[in-house]
Order: sequence, then structure tokens, then C-alpha cells
Amino acid sequence: MIDRFDRSPLSSTAVDLDLTAANGETRWLDATFSWLVRGFALCTVAVLFWMGWVIFRQAFPAIQQFGLGFLASQDWDIGTLSFGALPYIYGTLVSSVIALLIAVPVGLAVALITSENFLPVWVRSPLGFIVELIAAIPSVIVGLWGIFVLLPVLMPIGIWLNQNLGWIPLFATEPFGPGLLPAGIILAIMILPTMAAISRDVLLAVPKELRSASGALGATRWETIFRVMLPSGIAGLLGAATLALGRALGETMAVVMVIGNSPVVSLSLLDPASTIPSVLATQFGEALDVLHIGALMYLALILFVVTLAVNVAAILMVRAIRS
Amino acid sequence: MNPARPTPPIASLADAPEELSVPLPWRRRIFSHSMTTIAFLLTGLALLPLFAILIEIIRRGLPQLSWETLTALPAPVGMTDMADGFGNAIVGTLLMVGVATLISVPIGVLTAVFLSEFGQGSTIANAVRFLVTVLSGVPSIVVGVFAYGVIVLTTKEYSALAGSFALGVIMLPIVVLATEGALLLVPQSQRLASAALGANRLQTTFRIVIATALPAIMTGILLSIARAAGETAPLIFTALFTENFPRGLFSPAPSLSVLIYNYANSPFVEQNQMAWTAALVLLGLVLLLSVVSRVITRKRSDA
Repeated sequence: MIDRFDRSPLSSTAVDLDLTAANGETRWLDATFSWLVRGFALCTVAVLFWMGWVIFRQAFPAIQQFGLGFLASQDWDIGTLSFGALPYIYGTLVSSVIALLIAVPVGLAVALITSENFLPVWVRSPLGFIVELIAAIPSVIVGLWGIFVLLPVLMPIGIWLNQNLGWIPLFATEPFGPGLLPAGIILAIMILPTMAAISRDVLLAVPKELRSASGALGATRWETIFRVMLPSGIAGLLGAATLALGRALGETMAVVMVIGNSPVVSLSLLDPASTIPSVLATQFGEALDVLHIGALMYLALILFVVTLAVNVAAILMVRAIRS
Repeated sequence: MNPARPTPPIASLADAPEELSVPLPWRRRIFSHSMTTIAFLLTGLALLPLFAILIEIIRRGLPQLSWETLTALPAPVGMTDMADGFGNAIVGTLLMVGVATLISVPIGVLTAVFLSEFGQGSTIANAVRFLVTVLSGVPSIVVGVFAYGVIVLTTKEYSALAGSFALGVIMLPIVVLATEGALLLVPQSQRLASAALGANRLQTTFRIVIATALPAIMTGILLSIARAAGETAPLIFTALFTENFPRGLFSPAPSLSVLIYNYANSPFVEQNQMAWTAALVLLGLVLLLSVVSRVITRKRSDA
């Protein structure tokens, strides 16, 4: 009897129990798997750098040929192989600015309606859900709707703007149907869910004490919103707008279908124009010459770098709020 | 609960000291009411496009919808006695999204496993997470250009593979971020219990963490599939389009979204109408996927 207690289980041959469990096979598997997941994680990240490298390498002939003058040149002639990015950069920026001018106030209104207690919760939460559903609609479908519904609706408005406000350079030309203004409006629809959803999160994150204090001082709801809620959430709201801008800069299908795709720089918002994504979408399928492909790749590189910068800024701004 | 709402003047206090019952000055009251009105109007404006799009798609797309439309090949323009449809585009979309899912889900899920199980809190994991978030913001047209550079320029031909590759790259960050979120919801105590029973990290990860988080991971995958199915920009100049059923991964393939784009720009009214029907089918697919996945998450977060 005593004998048995003396023996340690570790040295026992009768009891097969190894507490240190250094089972060679599973340990090897575990280590391999650990390296494997690390490898996959690095693969995922490598995609981003690979993308930058591939686009840069293909753009290189054009970068060599045109240099930075590419950004300021207005030529786009496939026959003579002289390319310039200005009309596309201009169209991208102007349509995005129009989109922001519409989507920021509307998105803020949606965020306020869905975060304040204007409406009972059972109305409020489906409302937010429905607005976010717009983001689920494929952009080519929004573009289809743009061509057949929005353009005919906007046409008389464009004519009215031209006839009554034609002295303003922005409305100086006769509307033709597709143009910068419809593109901006379509973009606003596309980026609205981003703006609304993130702004609502930002507003809900404002400490309750601030709101209560403002109310206790006698402020009305809207005075509280304008003097307390919006100022204290300003960094997050700017982040939401920046993220929306990133979306707008890169949005392709909906824009390509309503902007008219004409490579000109015109002050008038009623004129057809072109954006970087729209020229990529329309010309890549037919590009054969190395320099033409290079110029398109150069445009893609510009878009890649700009949206990267905008998104990084937005992520940092929104992250600062959430932590 | 509602401190900001102005108190209405009370009749019985009318002859009490004035400052107790002063109603809001006109200017503040008008400001309040007009801002509320504006906010409601703008919210109504925000809802308008969604309903307009849905109504229009159903009104214009439903009349042509039939079994033939879903299975037949596109008829040549002007041939009214032939069955007209876009079965090839449906097959092409399913093929490319399927291959994209096969590419992105394993890589994405394992990357998420690294972020939440093996590298949690480390600098490298934070850097990976940040870059994946950045990757999710890259415009889809740029991803298309990338696929064009990697596959089309190398193989010298447009192919379904290039389209799948582009869609896979678009899905990847969505899968990673959704899966990581799902894995983080698994209580730490379950991992500890598994370790206490003698499981190593590989066993804990597969038998406990992923098994528990599986419904939420599925949600994320469904959402990424919905997103990829609707993408057009990366397919126009990688997979192109064909009038026939896709012949495999190494030749061009049709897709619903590119069909909508081509038909929308077509001068023929029949093709314009068919674009609406294709939009109805595509939207039905996408909305079904995203509503189903949202319902799954909502139930889980309520529980």
C-alpha cells in the first residue's frame, strides 16, 4: 500500500498521465498553425502594397513621359498619345464637393432624427436601418435609375437654372441631360448612408452629462444641439464627412452613367464632364497602346494615393472619438 | 428624460411672479420649430431615393420577369419570337462570386484568427488591422485596375479569373473585419475553460472559438458576397461580357451587373427594359443576402 503512494505519477509506468503534455505532434501543429495564420495576415496586408506596386509599375511609362505636368495638362488625345489629367481631376473634385454639400446636411439631419428622441424607438431604429439600406443597393442600379428617372426629373430644373440664373457661371450653359450636377446628386445619394450612420454613432457617444447640463441651463433642444452636441462631436463628424468624401472620390458606376463622359473643364455644372473613375471604366477595355494604358494607370495611381490619404485621415479622426 | 423641451406656460401660474412662467421668446420658439421641421424634411428627402429606386425597379422590371428571362440567353435585338433572357449573366455572376468567395474566405478568416487569437494586442496585429481597414476603403475601380495589371496584362486575355480575383480582393477586408468582430464576441472565459481542459490554441481556436462564432462569421461572409455580387466597376475591363454562358475561368464571362450597365446605355428599348429586370433580380439577391445577415446579427445581439 505504502509503496504505491510513494511512486510519483510522472515516473509511473502503470498510470499513463503526463501532466506537462508535451505531446510532440500537437505542439508542432500548434506552432505551425501559429505561423500559418501570421503568414495569411501578412498576405492580406501585402495585397495593399502589391496593388500600389502593380499600378505604379504599369504607370511608369506615362510617369516618365509626362511627369508632374500630367496633373495640369488638359489634352487627352489617344491618336497623338498626349495625355493630361486635369479634366478628370477637376470633374472628380467638383462632383465630390457637390455630393458633400448635399449629403452632409441631409446626413446630419438623419443622424439627429435617429439619435434624438423626436420619434419613438420603434420608428427610429427601422428608420436608421432603411437609410443604411441604400448602401446595399449596387451602384450600377442607382446609375440605371439615374439615367431613366433622375435625369428626366432634373432636366426642367436645369433649364430653369440656366434661364433664370444663367448669369452665374455655374449655370451658364444649356443643360444637355447628363452633367456634373446630376453626378453630384447621384453621389450624394450614394454617400448619404456613410455620413448618416457614422454621425449617429458620434452623436450617441456624446456624454449625457453635457446634454443634461445644457438643458439645466435652460437651453432648448436645438440650442443644445448647435452649441453642445455638434461642437463636442465635431472631430467625429469631420471624420464621417471625410470618409464620405473618400467614397465619393472613388465611386464609379453611378457617376459614369449620368456624367456624360466628356473630357472638358467647364465651370458650368450643367455641362457634361468626366471623373477619374469614369474615364477608367470607359477606356480601359479598349486601351491597347502602352502609353494609353500607362496614362490610365497613372490616373488610377493618383486616385489610389488620394483615396488612401483621405481614408487614413478619416480612420484616424473617427478612431480618436471611439477610444 | 427630455430636459430640452420648453415647458408650456401653465394657466394657474399666470398671475404668479412673471419670471416663473415666462414662455420662450418668439425667436427661440420659432428657431426650435423651424429646425425640427427642416430636420424632418431632410430625413424625408433622404428616404426618397431608396423608395423611388425600389418602386421604379419593381414597376419597370417585374413585367418581363419569367422563368425564360432567368434561364434563356439574350436574344439578338429585334428577334421578338425568340426567348430573351440573361441566364448566362446569372451563371457568370454566381461563378465569379463563388470563386472570389473561395479565394477570400480562407485567407480572410485566418487573418481574423491571427488578429483576435494569436496576435491580439501586438503591434503587428494593430498594423494589420489598420491596413485592412485602409484596404476596405480602396475604390473598387482601383481594385479592377489592379486585377487588370496582375492577370489581364500577364495572361494577355480578359478572363473570369481576373474578375474573380478583383471581387476576391474587394471581399477580403470585409471578411477579415466581420470575422474579427465575430471572434471578439466569444467570451474570454470559454477560451480559458478550453485551455484548462488541456486544449492547445489550435484546438481552442477551431473547436471552441470558431465553432461559437460561426453564425456571426457566416453573416459577414454573406454581406461580403452581397457586396461582390453588385460590383460592376472591377468587372467591366477584367471579365468583360459575353453573349454566351461562361466557358470556364480562362475566358471572358458575363455578369448581371455588367449586363445592366451595357443594357442601360443601349439605344434599344427592349434592352433598356431588360436592364430593369436584371436590376430586379440582382437587387433581390443582394437585399435578400443583406437582410438575412442583418436579421441573424440582430437576433444574436438581442440574446
